[in-house]
Amino acid sequence: MRVRTLEIDGQMMTGAPGESIFNVAWNNGIHIPRMCHLGGLTDVGACRLCLVEVEGQSRLLPSCMTPVREGMVVRTNTPALQKHRKLIVELLLAERNHVCAVCVANGACELQDLATSLGVDHVRVRYRHPQCEVDLSHPRFGLDHNRCILCSRCVRVCDEVEGAHNWDIGHRGTNARVISDFGTAWGDSESCTSCGKCVQVCPTGALFSKGASVGEMRKDRSFLKYIVTAREKHQWIR
Amino acid sequence: MNIEELIETEQQERERQAGLRNRILCCSVAGCTAAAGSAAIRGSIEAAIQEQGLPGEVEVCGTGCLGLCGHAPCVRSANLNETYHDVTAADAPYLVRGDRSRFEGRTVRDTDAFYAGQCRVVLENAGRVDPERVLDYIAAGGYKGLLKVISEMTPFEVVEEIKKSGLRGRGGAGYPTGLKWELVARQESPVKYVICNADEGDPGAFMDRSVLEGDPHRVLEGMAIAAFAVGATQGYIYVRGESPLAVERVRTAIRQAEREGLLGNRVLDHNFQFRIDVRIGAGAYVCGEETALIASIEGQRGTPRPRPPYPPEKGLWGAPTLINNVETFANIAPIIRKGSAWYASMGTAASRGTKVYALAGRIAKPGLVEVPMGTPLRTILFDIAGGVPAGYAFKAAQTGGPAAGCIPAQHLDVPMEYESLQAIGSMIGSGGLIVVDNSVCMVDLARFFMEFCMDESCGKCIPCRAGTVQMHDTLDRIIKGRGSEADLDLLAELAGLMRATSLCGLGMAAPNPVMSTLRHFKDEYLAHIHEHRCLAGSCTPREEVALV
Ligand SMILES: Cc1cc2nc3c(=O)[nH]c(=O)nc-3n(C[C@H](O)[C@H](O)[C@H](O)COP(=O)(O)O)c2cc1C
Ligand code: SF4
Ligand code: FES
Repeated sequence: MRVRTLEIDGQMMTGAPGESIFNVAWNNGIHIPRMCHLGGLTDVGACRLCLVEVEGQSRLLPSCMTPVREGMVVRTNTPALQKHRKLIVELLLAERNHVCAVCVANGACELQDLATSLGVDHVRVRYRHPQCEVDLSHPRFGLDHNRCILCSRCVRVCDEVEGAHNWDIGHRGTNARVISDFGTAWGDSESCTSCGKCVQVCPTGALFSKGASVGEMRKDRSFLKYIVTAREKHQWIR
Repeated sequence: MNIEELIETEQQERERQAGLRNRILCCSVAGCTAAAGSAAIRGSIEAAIQEQGLPGEVEVCGTGCLGLCGHAPCVRSANLNETYHDVTAADAPYLVRGDRSRFEGRTVRDTDAFYAGQCRVVLENAGRVDPERVLDYIAAGGYKGLLKVISEMTPFEVVEEIKKSGLRGRGGAGYPTGLKWELVARQESPVKYVICNADEGDPGAFMDRSVLEGDPHRVLEGMAIAAFAVGATQGYIYVRGESPLAVERVRTAIRQAEREGLLGNRVLDHNFQFRIDVRIGAGAYVCGEETALIASIEGQRGTPRPRPPYPPEKGLWGAPTLINNVETFANIAPIIRKGSAWYASMGTAASRGTKVYALAGRIAKPGLVEVPMGTPLRTILFDIAGGVPAGYAFKAAQTGGPAAGCIPAQHLDVPMEYESLQAIGSMIGSGGLIVVDNSVCMVDLARFFMEFCMDESCGKCIPCRAGTVQMHDTLDRIIKGRGSEADLDLLAELAGLMRATSLCGLGMAAPNPVMSTLRHFKDEYLAHIHEHRCLAGSCTPREEVALV
């Protein structure tokens, strides 16, 4: 297997053919912001946070879905990219009701961490304050649409790893919602196996285990790597 | 049907038509049939033919859009080379008799500016061919292009011919069609697909629908030639469900073509196989975006995915896929029949051929026109379509619906072609042209298009899903007199984000109407902000809060 040599942020790196820019950068200590990408799930390129500049390309490219090429020159953190990412996070914070002080995931939320690391100290666009439902019909878990950012990780983990495909996205635009089965209450779902994988991959407090109080929810994603490694390499290692 | 039979059929049908005293063609596309009952008129003409004892001598049939959609229904008298508009059932006996005096003031001759100023390639059969009769299409030279490629050309030569014609995609982006075909033709794959994008959904646009309803065989022939060139055996036409007549016409045409051996296992009795199926969209604008359209055909949620890989590499079910617009396919058969040099002689150096525009808004003759690329906007609007009705003043023309921008009066002489429009912050888009007069507020217009994009955003990526909402909200505030100059900066910043980072063209283009009205009509924005006043007088800025 011939490796690909490329330059990311001035550093020379190598990656396997077909490997994404995001992965190669990550393995070399450059952590590109992301929200929809999660190792082990197929990528969708939806959140646009991982966009990078590639020399010779007029458009920004999603690093999670762009395979490395020989001789590529990539910049992951230019002032323009920082500006875009900041505004994207501001748009997310304003879109629904992200109130950290009353959130189960406070302190363990990827959106919160991202906002901090990007220096989002205030939001310039107007808060929308939509009225979103909270689905508590499942005996063990809950879904609070107020905190959902529509990254679709739950949809993919349920479909690709658990094989149940309980979740999908319904409606469109700003009215888009994660839906269970054909839009029924989660507790009435016929496909949900109550495995809880979706809860673990959710980056915010939108999917949570019942019984967790403010700031108590901690998510464990190591299971995903375990299952995917087992599946792909037949190695049962944690 | 084999080659000899096709030629023979053409001869016979031509002779039959030449033997008639007259043919009366009633526009039978949706604008005329739905709004103005041209079907009933056809019935009356039929009755009048019987009454006057002329069956076999005078014939009545349907035809494609005659262009004067604002004055429907339209009827054409073939032998007199005249088109009559605002026709009623009472006119039927006069039509049959060929009594022209009755239609004074309602007659448009082929030599009048409306038709003489046009150059019809895509619409060449409107007024000549009945969309429901394959024989009519064949008599007009139809399927001769397909015959030529199958019997005389190699796939490589077909691609070269299209490349030489300079044809560019009419779906909006203007990508060179020949290059796209070449990309697909080069892929090594046992399975390839050809898709016709007929999801036309911009407000005010109806070119593609009219072509499908008025001359469906032309699109089938274009697709079959494409399939031959790129090596595909299966095609799909993705039509939106809101155009039931187009769906019906296309289905009829496919059935006829299959029956005549013009599509199917052995096309024209040659070793070439091609089938076409119809897929019906549920009316989401974003499903016109090629990757969303492909997802929709696959039975998935119609959302775009990042490109590359582009459909020519990885399209429908992962196979190399050629996707072109209806109008693009409609140009193919004439290019093959008459040669690329003929096609390339029309238009400008970078934009060859003709373009169909759907005229709507404040214009004397709303409807369909086809002109060479590079025709000045003024010629289209004022010389051909009769200008703005008395009592109104031209303010701007919105091109390409929600994805493009406006052209203000000072740019009326801009040649309508891809590059020139880009230079003034607009684009041809799919070909919708909405004429706006002085009573329309440009901020309000921008808000209208932003609302459209907000509603049609699929919601997959954040910049578009949340950005359209925020831009719409900001425009709304400005219109209501609650905006500030800082809001203009916010609009610009959101526009920058959406253009640079959105996943698909919808989000990338959504800011265009706002930025182009800001560029040409900033005074209207400022009047709302500083004086709480609408220069067009159409919105009532400050809604005063009632004091109780
Ligand atoms: C939001 C959006 C909507 C679109 N809608 C249409 C459409 O209705 N019809 C169409 O032909 N192309 C549409 N397109 C363009 C297609 O993605 C594609 O470029 C086109 O069908 C290619 O055909 P062409 O090369 O013949 O132009 C749309 C693109 C976007 C981003
Ligand atoms: S730009 Fe808009 S329509 Fe396109 S993928 Fe993103 S949300 Fe969907
Ligand atoms: S992580 Fe790449 S687009 Fe979301």
